[in-house]
Amino acid sequence: MSDVTTTGGIAPVTPVPHGRAYWAVADTLNITRRYLTHFRRQPINIAWQLGFPIISVLLYGFVFGEAMKVPGGEGDYKDFLMPGMFVMTMAFGFMNTAMGVVTDASKGVIDRFRSMPMAPSAVSAGRGLSDIVVACAELTILALTAVAIGWRPDNGVLNAIAAFALLLLLRFSLIWVGVWLGLVVPTPEAAGGLYAVAFPLTMISSVFVAPSLMPDWLAPIAAWNPVSSTGTAARELFGNPGAGGSSWVEQNAVLMGVVWPLVVTAVFLPLAVRRFKRLSR
Amino acid sequence: MNSAEHAVRARGLVKRYGDKRALDGFDLTVEHGTVHGLLGPNGAGKTTAVRILATLLRLDGGRAEVGGVDVVRDARAVRGRIGLTGQYAAVDEILTGRQNLEMFGRLFHLGGGQAARRAAELLEQFDLTAAADKGAGQYSGGMRRRLDLAASMILAPSVLFLDEPTTGLDPRSRSEVWESVRSLVASGTSVLLTTQYLEEADRLASRITVIDQGRAIADDTPDGLKATVGSSHLEVVVTEAADLPAVVKAVARVADGEPETVDAERRVQAAVTDRVAALTDVARTLQDEGIAVEDIGLRRPSLDDVFLRLTGDRPAEESAGDETGAAA
Repeated sequence: MSDVTTTGGIAPVTPVPHGRAYWAVADTLNITRRYLTHFRRQPINIAWQLGFPIISVLLYGFVFGEAMKVPGGEGDYKDFLMPGMFVMTMAFGFMNTAMGVVTDASKGVIDRFRSMPMAPSAVSAGRGLSDIVVACAELTILALTAVAIGWRPDNGVLNAIAAFALLLLLRFSLIWVGVWLGLVVPTPEAAGGLYAVAFPLTMISSVFVAPSLMPDWLAPIAAWNPVSSTGTAARELFGNPGAGGSSWVEQNAVLMGVVWPLVVTAVFLPLAVRRFKRLSR
Repeated sequence: MNSAEHAVRARGLVKRYGDKRALDGFDLTVEHGTVHGLLGPNGAGKTTAVRILATLLRLDGGRAEVGGVDVVRDARAVRGRIGLTGQYAAVDEILTGRQNLEMFGRLFHLGGGQAARRAAELLEQFDLTAAADKGAGQYSGGMRRRLDLAASMILAPSVLFLDEPTTGLDPRSRSEVWESVRSLVASGTSVLLTTQYLEEADRLASRITVIDQGRAIADDTPDGLKATVGSSHLEVVVTEAADLPAVVKAVARVADGEPETVDAERRVQAAVTDRVAALTDVARTLQDEGIAVEDIGLRRPSLDDVFLRLTGDRPAEESAGDETGAAA
């Protein structure tokens, strides 16, 4: 777009000439900036979003801390729980993505973007990038809180970094679940009902309790839950107790912590793209 | 840049949803620098037509050009020269008015400095400077629509699509939006306006297309459309219902057809051709007969009459469709 657009009376403005790839990146960053500006405009939202995990850590850590036993019998429940809290926060993130997308869709903001000469991919990519930035902030605050109440990663810096990378990979895969859901559900109010899905998704996992302690029919479901794989992998990499398990999926948690998010992305990224394209049907 | 003959030219547009044809061979021509009204009952295809022209929907048949550019083959170029204001104020309610316009400006690829300058200019033009740094969520309905309009005007588009821009606004906000639209057209923008409010089309549009069941069923100036419905009406309202038969007799002598009586309002009306002669004749007769007249006058046909005549008086709910606006 190098033409000068002029209409009498209104000062001319000139779109800056650049290639498509440049604008795909610049548009994405501009959408990301938009969502991050939301936090600056409404600091209370930061308090909510970051406060919830902190409260959860303190709540579960101290309320359950003494009553619960680490599977295998050794170690402090708090050390077992912290990686679980990290993964739960990542897992719940898809709700934020879905909420943001459905709000834009129902208010016509997505239509406005689609009627503009910007890169269509930037709408979702920008949302996703801002979600990852927020996830990094959440993990930082969670880890600091966890350290403050006595949690320690005991397996070296590199393994700890690998654990955080797996947590972010899970969050990345759930961006596409969130975008897809955001385009499928009709209204933000309806999207609120998704918590009914989010809770079992995170609770039927190794977040709070080892699957081996669950009823026989529930244990395999919990063990094969992608959230469990990331949780168990994080425990292993942080050197926290209770990482093990007898099933194949639990013994290959780090591998599955990579495979699951890739599978989820492979399924939901195309679904989200297809849904976005269907807007023009 | 705009060498095209028409601002918008659509021929034989078809859009199917399953078995239903939302558009069924729809034609439209919008001249440069005019406001063109698109009227029709709910579900007639107004929004579908606008969304196709604004590159938001793929069409199943026909051909459409905006500023001479094909909306299918070169959607991106079309997007560089149109503005769209839909049925909702599509702005970010958490961001301030200024942040909204700057964000949209950067997404229109203006670059940071130019986007900021343009935002300040538009805030001034749309009388939003005082509220520029407040969250758009705190704006009144009218202010939000003006912000929405301002966002559509960032590139000074050659064609602006306004899809029911004043639905749900109070009368004052509505006239503010009308004022903005008029000044845009004065600066050379062409506008395609869909509306539920016939008065709005009458005030703003220099030409009107009536759409029903996916087809253009009339295309004329507002006056031309009114002329097709017929001549003026003579209306008489009397004080005593008992006088109605006498009034009907008096009116029938000058009317084009059978006078119509509305008992509840004690009103008699009929189409008349020789307007002033008919009025004086009836007035004199009623005076001679000593009938107490509450009101007597001539009424030109309104667009409502045109609309009802052309589309029938089917209730709006009957025609299911893509449109979500309130009933007319």
